[in-house]
Amino acid sequence: MREIPQTFKKIILALIILILGAWIGFFVFKSEIAYRKLAPNTKASTGLAKFPFRLGLDLSGGSHLIYKADVSLIPVNQVGDSMNALRDVIERRVNLFGVSEPIVQVQHGGLISGGEEQLIVDLPGVTDVKQAIDMIGQTPLLEFKVEAPIGTSQNATVGKDGQISVDLSSQFVSTDLTGRYLQKATLEFDTNTREPKVSLQFNDTGTKLFAEITKNNIGKIVAIYLDGAPVSTPVVREEIPNGQAVISGSFTPVEAKTLVGRLNSGALPVPITLLSTQTIGAILGDSAVNAGVKAAIIGFLLVALFLILLYRLPGLIATVSLCIFISIILALFKLMPVTLTAAGIAGFIISIGIAVDANVLIFERMKEELRSGRSIADATSAGFSRAWLSIRDSNISNFITAIILFWFGTSLIKGFALTLGMGVIISMFSAIIITRIFLGVFSFIGEGKVARFLFNSGIPK
Amino acid sequence: MFIIKYKKIFISLSIVLVALSFLSLFVFGLNIGIDFKGGALTEVVYKTSRSNQADLEKSLLALDFGSVLLQPTEELGYIIKSRALTDPEHTLLLETLSQNNQDNTNTLTEMSFNSIGPTVGQELTRKAIFAVILISLAIICFIAFTFRKVSHFSGLGRQAVASWKYGFIAIITLLHDVAIPVGLFVVLSHYYGAELDTLFVVAVLTILGLSVSDTIVIFDRIRENLRNQNTIAKINFEEIVGKSLEQSYLRSICTSLTVILVLLALFFFGPVSTKYFALMLTAGMFFGTYSSIFLASPLLVLVEAWQKKK
Repeated sequence: MREIPQTFKKIILALIILILGAWIGFFVFKSEIAYRKLAPNTKASTGLAKFPFRLGLDLSGGSHLIYKADVSLIPVNQVGDSMNALRDVIERRVNLFGVSEPIVQVQHGGLISGGEEQLIVDLPGVTDVKQAIDMIGQTPLLEFKVEAPIGTSQNATVGKDGQISVDLSSQFVSTDLTGRYLQKATLEFDTNTREPKVSLQFNDTGTKLFAEITKNNIGKIVAIYLDGAPVSTPVVREEIPNGQAVISGSFTPVEAKTLVGRLNSGALPVPITLLSTQTIGAILGDSAVNAGVKAAIIGFLLVALFLILLYRLPGLIATVSLCIFISIILALFKLMPVTLTAAGIAGFIISIGIAVDANVLIFERMKEELRSGRSIADATSAGFSRAWLSIRDSNISNFITAIILFWFGTSLIKGFALTLGMGVIISMFSAIIITRIFLGVFSFIGEGKVARFLFNSGIPK
Repeated sequence: MFIIKYKKIFISLSIVLVALSFLSLFVFGLNIGIDFKGGALTEVVYKTSRSNQADLEKSLLALDFGSVLLQPTEELGYIIKSRALTDPEHTLLLETLSQNNQDNTNTLTEMSFNSIGPTVGQELTRKAIFAVILISLAIICFIAFTFRKVSHFSGLGRQAVASWKYGFIAIITLLHDVAIPVGLFVVLSHYYGAELDTLFVVAVLTILGLSVSDTIVIFDRIRENLRNQNTIAKINFEEIVGKSLEQSYLRSICTSLTVILVLLALFFFGPVSTKYFALMLTAGMFFGTYSSIFLASPLLVLVEAWQKKK
């Protein structure tokens, strides 16, 4: 009579796992549907739609840029800081243009990657490289110039229409005050004219410089130059000690807003040059996703068919475990989230094949034990315990490869290594523990002819 | 077991295959892709009709980009291979390609553009070499660790095949499993223009990880059978290996078959970018299984026989 609660417990446990697995699968399915339903441009998603699959550039379309940072002028101990500052500036610039989920990362030079400091910029959805390069390379150059001392020769030219034009650049001379000393730029609107204006706040050094400039030039013009062209030429009325200035050119609100953004994102602390570009059109990415999904489904069906034909009832159970494995993996891809590339999908598909390896080893062993005259229950437990060594060893070798590939790889290889490595670990759990619990439920089946048929292989020996 | 009986035939077959792979490697050479070499690859598609290839080649020559290779793809597209292009050069290339679009109906779409500077290529090459060395070392250490105890359990006394020899044979088998897919790839790249890219290196490294497990499964069985052998006197190494093979060849084939099934799905239905990758892995899995049954175990018997003669 003690057997009954034992079996009962097993059934409850199996049911719990089934329900959990179904729930995870349901989450994957529902969250994908919810995400698809979203309008293309609403990125601030809520609820389940917060967890879409994150697609790599080769699948979503976009640009991948590698820049070399010239750090030759920077002291060795400050290279790391400068590179981080560079990353922040580029990140701000990219964000300014509304790219969704850009990735900007620093790759430090070293023995393996060579001596170069690099900056890697991933821009999903941006397929116009030119636009991408422009938005990153734009450096707003803010300068303050004062009137040249009287007596300085001025270049004047007489135009064809007889008008005299004075070359402005010879009228003004540069000061030390530049955008480098800017602390913050803000967009404001003039209370009277409603015209947009950009107000500037300098940092300590900038404030001192600005105070000095305004003090020495009362009654004169201080020209504000942006990217080499004067945008505002106000006349100084008094010394300004608080480090606040206003540019009130004839901006449109959009222009003013862009300028504020660009000024705030600042100048690059380190000069950069473009080393390589990679752009994938959205069409190519879409077809790769569809092909990947198709291959995964067909691969799964083939494996399921193979398992059921060859191993009958245990094969069916292994297929159920495989479904749970796939649900768990896909849910992890969404939650972590894992950036999926074409190679990453390949890694996932291969892991479906590897996941059932352990089951094949166990079931073959079980068959062998059954033939040697053991009962089904004995054969099952012997199959699991004896196959364990082989399973462990064959998974270790795959795991070694995955770890080293992840460690060394570029983003493409990392995607593959990550999905394969995750597959190896989780498949050990699904193929051994989950399958074992499910098989345990069938202990009520007894030792009849039908039972032995169900547990035997399709290949007679 | 017939495999052990005809071991010399199977070993010779493997030697011939590996020799052919090396031969093709030396004859055809490796077709190194822009990942490692640096350069640019541009893929474009025309909306209604593809421009004449000869005309385009002439205008591309005028751009002074060095040697530019123009390959037609699918119905309406071209793939253009050149040296690494800067941003203005890239714009110029696209303008040249869309030159016969006077009435604005035959618009050109750029499917992908990939320009890799020489330094990035060198960096990737260095990384790939490091990864290959490190993974090989790690796998060798793993094999050495796995087979550290075989000879102690064998009960064969001094005649036992030392555990390091198991490891050594496993490594030879591994080289065999990698060499043949590489040879296959070289032939493919010669006739179909496949290029050695990052994925190729990943494929080779993955084969290392996948195929070693097959050999381990069979050697494990031999180990187990040796351990269970109580009578020291009447023991025939050849028989034990044969028996172990008989017991485990089916599971070895089955475990590989599940992986080969998904790889074939990936090859036939998967993304274009991973087609050659899937094919190489399929070849790797196939020869990995083949070698663990038809090469590793026969070699083991051969080594034992040599030992006895001494």
